[in-house]
Amino acid sequence: MPTYAIEAEGLVKRYKGGVLALNGVDLAVEEGTVFGLLGPNGAGKTTAVRIFTTTLVPDAGWARVLGLDVIEHAEEVRASIGLAGQFAAVDENLTGYENLRLIGQLNQLGRRRSAQRSRELLGRFGLEETADRPAKTFSGGQRRRLDVAASLVARPSILFLDEPTTGLDPQSRKDLWVMIEELVAEGTTVLLTTQYLEEADRLASIVAVVDHGRVIAEGTPEELKSKMGRTVLELEMSSAEDAVVTAEALHRLGSEVPQLSGAKVEVTVDHGAEFLTRALRSLDRRKLVPLHLALREPSLDDVFLALTGHRAEEGPIEPDAKGAKGAKL
Amino acid sequence: MSTVTATIPVPLVGHKEAPAAPSAGRRLRRALGDSLVITERNLIGFLRVPQSLFFLSVQPIMFVLLFRYVFGGAIKIPGVDYTDYLMPGIFVQTAAFGSISTAVGMSEDLQKGLIERFRALPMARSAVLAGRGLADLARAILVIVIMTGVGFAVGFRPHGGLAGFLAGIGILLLFSHSLSWGFSLIGLTAANSETAQVMAFPFIFPLTFASSAFVAVPSLPSWLQAFARNQPVSQVINAVRDLMLGNNLHVPGVLRTGGSTGHAALFAVLWCLVLLVVLAPASVRRYRRSV
Repeated sequence: MPTYAIEAEGLVKRYKGGVLALNGVDLAVEEGTVFGLLGPNGAGKTTAVRIFTTTLVPDAGWARVLGLDVIEHAEEVRASIGLAGQFAAVDENLTGYENLRLIGQLNQLGRRRSAQRSRELLGRFGLEETADRPAKTFSGGQRRRLDVAASLVARPSILFLDEPTTGLDPQSRKDLWVMIEELVAEGTTVLLTTQYLEEADRLASIVAVVDHGRVIAEGTPEELKSKMGRTVLELEMSSAEDAVVTAEALHRLGSEVPQLSGAKVEVTVDHGAEFLTRALRSLDRRKLVPLHLALREPSLDDVFLALTGHRAEEGPIEPDAKGAKGAKL
Repeated sequence: MSTVTATIPVPLVGHKEAPAAPSAGRRLRRALGDSLVITERNLIGFLRVPQSLFFLSVQPIMFVLLFRYVFGGAIKIPGVDYTDYLMPGIFVQTAAFGSISTAVGMSEDLQKGLIERFRALPMARSAVLAGRGLADLARAILVIVIMTGVGFAVGFRPHGGLAGFLAGIGILLLFSHSLSWGFSLIGLTAANSETAQVMAFPFIFPLTFASSAFVAVPSLPSWLQAFARNQPVSQVINAVRDLMLGNNLHVPGVLRTGGSTGHAALFAVLWCLVLLVVLAPASVRRYRRSV
């Protein structure tokens, strides 16, 4: 029986004003894994995180973190979690170092240990040069890294990252991904929410797709993709004539009608690897050698579209921490 | 779709046993420690934005100049020099207006997601509020020092002696601190810092102007007198004024609510304690409850 770092059953939360943010969510996150909550704005991701981090009480259902009920044992839960919320919550007037030390002290680490741990984290997150500058002078990427660093000051065994890379440039996003991967390698359990399918695919071992307050699909990224059962095989031949012959050969192997454009052939198949093996044998018999060949898995974006009927970026704004709207970096 | 839906809600093997709740003494120590950490954080903020102190002082200085030199000549308070009468009122008004920045600061913390972060930390629920209150108190002392200098420059002479003056400042600070809990509550309730400011004003404005701060209460229309005489800001002003100006300026019905200096001070302290006892738990309750 696996042990669950985070569990929830039947979570319901309706905000004042009638918005039903969660409509019966069940979750179970195994220790030492990254669990991705994937969904558009307003799907209920932040609401779920707020319940797990004890800052919001659900209307119905229960949630436990490390086996502790989030309402009954809120205090103990807070002592073992880290939270990097949606809005890079750092104090603008404090320096990078002071921000981390503050969070350390409020985590009851004491001044000396907080100071020591802050220096350590500044180094680890490449923030040394910002250590003595007020946070209002930081770039978006630096703020976000400081925010994640702050959530790690007390060495939590569970980390909640609420849309950690929203609004970041591609390079900062990749930097942060590497940092998150390092944390997971050290055994930290991570619950990550994201609107980015690529991010869930890269970081999460299990992804729950949420829409309108419900989990509509759950599994490994591969399972979700294979549910769609569509792999795209791309071939580039040396000439347009070869491409035509290749397309015919592939079609004969049982594929759908291949798409041709110049020397390129693209075909959608059910079982990519198996089809590729047969395709190469067939081409080899015809003395056809592709210049370039790729098997492209369907993106989670395709998955989301297929599951919900709309793209992941749509949807109303979620009523989150009051007043926090629009403060996103 | 979801996996474990049939789990029975019992703690699983290998999980933490819920630790026993910490003792009352430990909780109190932690609340104090956390409050001081937050106080330090806010004080650093003040130091990094010294302009805020300037703006907090400009408005009361303008009021001093306005009432001392523009309106002062037209306002007659029997038996006392108007500048002496005015300054204690200005002190209390300064404390009251300063508490608007408590509401704004709290609202900014909320807006930037800091409160959400603090709520998820294993820290005392009262510390964010108490810490801000203490830091704002430190700032209020600085503003009062500045205003005392301004007061002396325009001719204010507190005849109550140093002891009376300091006792007046003491009541002033107690009042300022009691108010800060209420204004934190406003800050936590407002959607953003602009709204917090707008929400704070309707409380502050009638309390400071329909009071004994600038005019003698008997000069007000009779329907307003009952409010002006008994509301907390007037009570605090009367006490501060009595203490700072000394007993020798006794003019019944004007300087006092009646009775001796000790009476006025007692009323003021009682008012402050009532505000504190009502507002502090209310704002901690508001802090605990999100949405």
